[in-house]
Amino acid sequence: MERLTFDLAAQPLRELNTFLHTGAKEGKVGHVTVLNPDGAHNIAVGLDCPIEVEVVGHAGYYAGGMNKSATVTITGSAGTGVAENMMSGKVHVKGFASNGAGASAHGGLLVIEGDAGLRCGISLKGGNIVVGGSVGSFSAFMAQAGRMVICGDAGDALGDSLYEAVLYVKGKVKSLGADAQYEEMTEADIAAVASLLDQAGLDHDPKAFRRIASQRSLYHWNADANQEY
Amino acid sequence: METKPVNFKNLSREESYGYDRKTLDYIRNAAAHGLYEIRGMGAKRKLPNFDDLVFLGASMSRYPLEGYREKCITKTLLGTRFAKKPIELDIPITIAGMSFGALSANVKESLGLAATALGTSTTTGDGGMTQEERRSSKTLIYQCLPSRYGFNPDDLRKADAIEVVIGQGAKPGGGGMLLGQKVNPRVAKMRTLPEGVDQRSACRHPDWTGPDDLAIKIQELREITDWEKPIYVKVGATRTFNDVKLAVHSGADVVVVDGMQGGTAATQTCFIEHVGIPTLAAVRQAVNALEDLDMKGKVQLIVSGGIRTGADVAKALAMGADAVAIGQGVLVALGCNGETYFQNGAHHDAIADYNALGTAPGFCHHCHTGKCPVGITTQDAILEQRLSPEVGAKHLKNYIKTLNMELTTIARACGKQNVHHLEPEDLVALTIEAAAMAGVPLAGTNWIPGKGF
Repeated sequence: MERLTFDLAAQPLRELNTFLHTGAKEGKVGHVTVLNPDGAHNIAVGLDCPIEVEVVGHAGYYAGGMNKSATVTITGSAGTGVAENMMSGKVHVKGFASNGAGASAHGGLLVIEGDAGLRCGISLKGGNIVVGGSVGSFSAFMAQAGRMVICGDAGDALGDSLYEAVLYVKGKVKSLGADAQYEEMTEADIAAVASLLDQAGLDHDPKAFRRIASQRSLYHWNADANQEY
Repeated sequence: METKPVNFKNLSREESYGYDRKTLDYIRNAAAHGLYEIRGMGAKRKLPNFDDLVFLGASMSRYPLEGYREKCITKTLLGTRFAKKPIELDIPITIAGMSFGALSANVKESLGLAATALGTSTTTGDGGMTQEERRSSKTLIYQCLPSRYGFNPDDLRKADAIEVVIGQGAKPGGGGMLLGQKVNPRVAKMRTLPEGVDQRSACRHPDWTGPDDLAIKIQELREITDWEKPIYVKVGATRTFNDVKLAVHSGADVVVVDGMQGGTAATQTCFIEHVGIPTLAAVRQAVNALEDLDMKGKVQLIVSGGIRTGADVAKALAMGADAVAIGQGVLVALGCNGETYFQNGAHHDAIADYNALGTAPGFCHHCHTGKCPVGITTQDAILEQRLSPEVGAKHLKNYIKTLNMELTTIARACGKQNVHHLEPEDLVALTIEAAAMAGVPLAGTNWIPGKGF
């Protein structure tokens, strides 16, 4: 497989993305290196084939957005909405991630080695997210399906209004959101955490994590609750 | 309803204006249930609307076109600002975004079949794109909503345009809801939700928070689709002048403004009736915003919310809209609020089913229950059979065709060879309120309230 390099200091972003949508699908190029991203937005969005993309440096908003099948690695940090609405494949951030990381991801694996900002995994719809560091407040807000493994701490209102997504946290949780609760870790949970940590290349004891899931008390309107859940 | 005493003998029977029977009912209902009313359709209250405007047909000072013989162009181009492939429609009347979930799959197919025959577009809704809809609709606008239910890059690439929904006229600032009885297995799977939950759609997008973010989000959607597809931004009408400016700033090709008469499948009544501004006021503000930015004609404007007739369409266009979108009118054309439904070659009485919902034909707003007596706003396997895609498409085609004929009739009478040549100068208002909101003179005067004499 060939390797190709795009230098965003010299080539426009549109050229990179167009190649990744069309030329890359021909299957001759297996690896694309992106140099000088300098925080550009929308790098490697909408990929639709099993190509590897390595972004050397920091990415702006929506890096790897709506990814399908591809593996996108960002050696620096990523801006808002990294891997938003990912369908499959993998997005790996070596540094930190800003707000809304992995928002509404339907599938695939998002790995953030450092910390993630606010609303990490918001509206998650089946994707998996592993965060090596801590996550900000309102993470996994309204998350519907999928799993989040948080190796560090979590901010306020973790898992507010969860549906069927499951969260695993190793560190401290400042507070749980409405309708979220701690649950017993089963063998299946420990195996799931171990597998996700392994896929992420992070070394933690899976037994040290706590499980958080929905109480399901918000699934139906309840007049007596006075909306004070 | 008589609210003043007819004579002194009836003083003891005087109905209170503030506490009329409707208000008493509301209070008793709240006291009994401890929960606000949720319902479908749009605002029911009396609002200034397009009926409060009339056209100044040609006479001595203008020259009319022959009503049936002379050509009157209705072709409409949308998304000419940045997209490589703008939307080209035969008529300026489009079908508004309504979800599969709120509507049955049959209805979605009806919309697609009719729109394709008419040369216009349909729009997906919360819950994603169905295959029936993509197959039947030649020009399909794909909504990107806060919930992102069923949102995926494959359907994005299949779409002809993308509509980023910030809000809708029935409930600007509110998310959506779909009550459990409509979350059947197919709807649940498309939305990644447990079956039967009272589903809440988010009111904010998960991955952007303001107009500067939205600009980047729109750029992402363009990058993913290689700058081919027009991007619409839809806002519920509130601070329309500023919101339209911000939508343009964010890079929209087309701005959709939905006034408070716009419909919904399920929203709190207090929201439907008390949040947002009338469509009439919103159009003027939206057009002013585009003109202020020198973007009139560069960014197209679609207006929705209470567009019912060809005259409504003509008035919206004259005020400066490029196209309209219709939701509730479309449903009524399909049979909504009708006394019968048509199945297996015959009409069947639906009145008992309306009664079972506590309502009657002509008053029904029970879309939220999923028990639509005429099979439109339902996910019930038996009820949805009450509307076949072909029968629905036929009626819808007739309705929109009628609207288009009315539109061109008015345009010709005003001397226009192209419906897009209708202009505010062709309009006057019948009420001071409408004159002020629409920014056209009160009939018989030169007076536009707020602009001096």
